Amino acid sequence: MFDSLTERLNTVFKKLRGHGKLSEQNIKDVLREIRLVLLEADVNFRVAKDFIEAIRVKALGKEVLNSLTPAQQLIKIVNTELTSLLGGENSQLKLSGRRPISMMFVGLQGSGKTTTVGKLAKFLKEKSHNPYMVPADVSRPAAIDQLQKLGQQLKVDTYEPKQDENPLVICKNAVSFAGVSAHDIVLIDTAGRLHIDEELMQELQTIKETILPNEILLVADAMTGQDAVNVAGKFNEMLDMDGVILTKMDGDARGGAALSIKAVTGKPIKFVGTGEHLDALEVFFPDRMASRILGMGDVLSLIEKAQATFDEKKAVELEKKIRKNTFTLEDFKDQIQQVKRMGSLEQIFGMIPGISKIKALRGLQPDEKELVKIEAIINSMTKEERLRHTILNGSRRKRIAKGSGTSVQDVNRLIKNFNQMRKMINKITKKGMRGFRGEILPS
Amino acid sequence: MLWFKKDKGKQEKEEDGKEQQESEGQEKEEAIEEEGEREDEKKKKKGFFSRLKKGLSKTRKGFTSKVDRLVLGKKNIDDDLLEELEEILITSDIGVQTAFRLIEDMREKVKRKELDDPGLLKKCLQEEIMEILKAEESPLDVTGSVPFVILVVGVNGVGKTTTIAKMANGFKEQGKSVLLAAADTFRAAAIEQLEIWGQRAGCKVIKHQSGSDPSAVVFDALKAAQARGVDVLIVDTAGRLHTKANLMEELKKIQRIMGRELPDAPHEVLLILDATTGQNAISQAKSFKEATNITGIALTKLDGTAKGGVVVGISHELKIPLRYVGIGEGMDDLRVFNAKEFVEALF
Repeated sequence: MFDSLTERLNTVFKKLRGHGKLSEQNIKDVLREIRLVLLEADVNFRVAKDFIEAIRVKALGKEVLNSLTPAQQLIKIVNTELTSLLGGENSQLKLSGRRPISMMFVGLQGSGKTTTVGKLAKFLKEKSHNPYMVPADVSRPAAIDQLQKLGQQLKVDTYEPKQDENPLVICKNAVSFAGVSAHDIVLIDTAGRLHIDEELMQELQTIKETILPNEILLVADAMTGQDAVNVAGKFNEMLDMDGVILTKMDGDARGGAALSIKAVTGKPIKFVGTGEHLDALEVFFPDRMASRILGMGDVLSLIEKAQATFDEKKAVELEKKIRKNTFTLEDFKDQIQQVKRMGSLEQIFGMIPGISKIKALRGLQPDEKELVKIEAIINSMTKEERLRHTILNGSRRKRIAKGSGTSVQDVNRLIKNFNQMRKMINKITKKGMRGFRGEILPS
Repeated sequence: MLWFKKDKGKQEKEEDGKEQQESEGQEKEEAIEEEGEREDEKKKKKGFFSRLKKGLSKTRKGFTSKVDRLVLGKKNIDDDLLEELEEILITSDIGVQTAFRLIEDMREKVKRKELDDPGLLKKCLQEEIMEILKAEESPLDVTGSVPFVILVVGVNGVGKTTTIAKMANGFKEQGKSVLLAAADTFRAAAIEQLEIWGQRAGCKVIKHQSGSDPSAVVFDALKAAQARGVDVLIVDTAGRLHTKANLMEELKKIQRIMGRELPDAPHEVLLILDATTGQNAISQAKSFKEATNITGIALTKLDGTAKGGVVVGISHELKIPLRYVGIGEGMDDLRVFNAKEFVEALF
């Protein structure tokens, strides 16, 4: 997780020290590292190879070789190149044309089609469209049930297939019904199928030819490995799809599949699914995806996540307290709880670029249990003790240790750390962030 | 069909048969090398393919012969050959590090002159991978306890419910009584999905309302299983990404409740992995192992073009027994994991 591209390249460049500048010869090692990073992120072997070739050509240009900081230059090139590859034209949904607009969702089993249909219906409803959901998955048990339940939750109308209606009939009837009712967008949920299942792929083709959808969207799992090129390639070949929705992006997969799919189909990634709840659908940002694939952290997502979870009122209060240096153990506990709400510490660490560069933190697995312990200790204190930690004498500490199931040493350590933290906060507020940076981050 | 313990005798017989077939195949292979005739390639492929026929898939052929074609006509093992082999390994999702290590071993062997015949390269590599997988090849034995409680976990969309149905069907065929618990109370219609599968497999499903506490379902299911004296209780849980701390806590709670009601339960915590998943599967296995101490893995969706090579890395690193592979949507498309078949299908 901490093997960011930056760190790896730094190691390679360190070896180069003394050789002066980057040459055609030693750039090989560097490109090899980049290739490894891509492969580890599940970018397809061939796609990675082509990408590296493109970088080689660019990197051999003067700007890198003559630069004093070739590492930075090269990373910049890789990042820009990757971003432009992932992005590109027309990632908007095509919502113009004769009503009703129809969209078809296709993909492998378990990629998240039904949930995505629900999410997109919500997204469109909030943009004052009137979507109509169509369950055309007659093979998976309860798939129709699932979409209808989502419809009830979202208050979005959903087609009710009659017994023995086949997918084609379902789609035809649903689209013509939407034409006479006030629905302007039809979202068709198809059954998951293997790309090599000729019969079922044929079925999709027939549906496509019959209802002529405005959009065919491939729903693909962000965790997909090398096979992403085969799957996306085949779906595109059969259906000439219009775009991709990447699901399960809230996990810790690096998502190299995004690059593989884009490279092999040339079709834009339009949305990403970022959670199980129906509002967890976001517009795709190529730059964020690029840093994620390169393992360079995802600061923007981190900031957004922090904004979403942190209580703004509390933050303002905290800032005041920090300024006045009246930060108490009670506040400390609040902080821990807020951080915990953001997800696992390891995940948060992974989002911060350059954290692997800090020597003290290298190899450190953030210990979630430690946080639980700290919380338990603070919970065992009286209100007064939390507000004025200076009154904690020996017998109080003993009582707290007993109450929280820890040892006096643990309590001591917490208080010591807390004191240090207050000192540091003091320094920051006096000197501003500059003082802080000098302390922890190598500038 | 290589089904469970009851069929062990049958299974052995089948394996014997296979070995025979295989040695024939080998003889053929050698013959080809001696004669060096390309015309024989077809025949050889056929022999190889017939072995796979019962096993894994439809599109494997193209990949399988890739190595054979690569090797054919080469006189010695050179870097190009090794590099191409490395590519094949990586494209099977085996992971960069594992692939490098395996190829490096081969390179060493070539250097030490232990290996110089390109025709043996594939076999040698297969043996190496087999060694890793063989150690984890251990079928699930449900005879240890009544009820034998299986907790099924995994990320979203890997095929937990389908696998449960297939397992239940298999146990039923062995004459065991099976009870299912619908502890996925989160996803819309997950309970209904399990119920339909339950009907098809002919077993009862213990359920609560959607949105209720999964631990409560598990509690009821355990009580029911004990009261009815069923042989196997299989618990379906909601798909959860391994990075969600609160959801992993929920699993721990389910496990705690099981242990409290029936010491030693769950007897098996089965992690379902999707063969199309790339290197993230390692992260999944690690996190689930940490949270629930998984005791087995089932690899699903091997009927596509994905190879699921990532389990090689998982076996090597985490040493978790490999129980089943899923190779289709039918009720009987679940097989006991067989290292040999798996490796042969890999490349």
